[in-house]
Amino acid sequence: MTTLIKLYGAPVSTCTARVMTCLHEKAVDFALVPVDLFSCEHKQPPFLAKNPFGQIPVLEDGDLTLFESRAMTAYVAEKFKEAGTDLIRHHDLKEAALVKVWIEVESQQFHPAIAPIVYEYFVAPIQGKSPDQGVIDANLEKLSKVLDVYEAKLSSAKYLAGDFYSLADLHHLPYTYYFMKTPCASIISERAHVKAWWEDISSRPAFNKVSEGMNFGEK
Amino acid sequence: MATPVKVYGPPLSTAVCRVVACLLEKDVEFQLISLNMAKGDHKKPDFLKIQPFGQVPAFQDEKISLFESRAICRYVCENYPEKGNKGLFGTNPLAKASIDQWLEAEGQSFNPPSSALVFQLALAPRMNIKQDEGVIKQNEEKLAKVLDVYEKRLGESRFLAGDEFSLADLSHLPNAHYLVNATDRGEILTSRDNVGRWWGEISNRDSWKKVVDMQKQQHSP
Repeated sequence: MTTLIKLYGAPVSTCTARVMTCLHEKAVDFALVPVDLFSCEHKQPPFLAKNPFGQIPVLEDGDLTLFESRAMTAYVAEKFKEAGTDLIRHHDLKEAALVKVWIEVESQQFHPAIAPIVYEYFVAPIQGKSPDQGVIDANLEKLSKVLDVYEAKLSSAKYLAGDFYSLADLHHLPYTYYFMKTPCASIISERAHVKAWWEDISSRPAFNKVSEGMNFGEK
Repeated sequence: MATPVKVYGPPLSTAVCRVVACLLEKDVEFQLISLNMAKGDHKKPDFLKIQPFGQVPAFQDEKISLFESRAICRYVCENYPEKGNKGLFGTNPLAKASIDQWLEAEGQSFNPPSSALVFQLALAPRMNIKQDEGVIKQNEEKLAKVLDVYEKRLGESRFLAGDEFSLADLSHLPNAHYLVNATDRGEILTSRDNVGRWWGEISNRDSWKKVVDMQKQQHSP
């Protein structure tokens, strides 16, 4: 008998959304256990025993406890590889390897440039600060260069790792979703292939189930 | 007999070393094809075909061309499972997931501040680029917080993911090596009891010593 997967996190959190989207794509049942960020539940000992870095989300599957959202999605995509959407292309060595490459591209090239921008527009104001234009501009420049490579790649294939949707595309969803609500969204929409790719992946039902809860900062 | 795999990039590059260390642990024969980055080899059209971001390393075996050092390492571990250190990325899904979370922690939490410090303290002076004291201080603080977590973890566990050396520990070697050997801030690692003990163990592995030798050979006349 399989136990129900538990995901500790918050619906507005990008990294929680990343894992929830993956679980929905794989049609895997799970329970979202809310973590109270405002009372800093994630920085206190009971939670720190699950994630010593004091961050959400955390995934529990029976005796296994995991932190780092991309380790969670990799685990779920592999454990349930015969169910739902094939996110890791395990039947094809080359496709599977290319998915790994573009997962790292999101992690090492895209994320470091987009995350600070999303932070400045969404998180800084909650802490009573105005968005730092210097940080935004510097990271927009980096992100633009990354998107130039994406534009070229997506002009020869429908998705990042090839003509198939994969975990590599999925990992981009949460931060880009918030980014598209900022004044900087044009750097996505002015690149024709990136725009088409974004519209495609963000309209997937698995993501729509999750984006309904992503109303950070909205009243 | 299999053709050696190819790794493109200079042995002094941290990301190249990550891949080389993995190949040595896995006993996978490889050919290191160095690039002259000062001459812009990594930005030339032929190289951009295999690495569109113009960075090192790139990797080729008989089947495929790849980039991003951690993707290459995962691929090597999964596609050469019977070679060398079989447990490097775990021999079952639970072990693999536990290693993967610490490999992600390296990539998301350890790498950014340690890379910034290596650049500011070891590379910038050699490239005649002015150091940014603000960036140094900010990243020292960030790295210290990460290493506080490691200190606690490594008091409970011999290596990051458990009792065995894994890809997660390996991934830390290149940046940590530069911090300890090429900057005056090495004590950020060595002054912490458990982190220091762990650093001593992982940097003494035969595979890492071979990487360090390769780096020294590049330097000798």
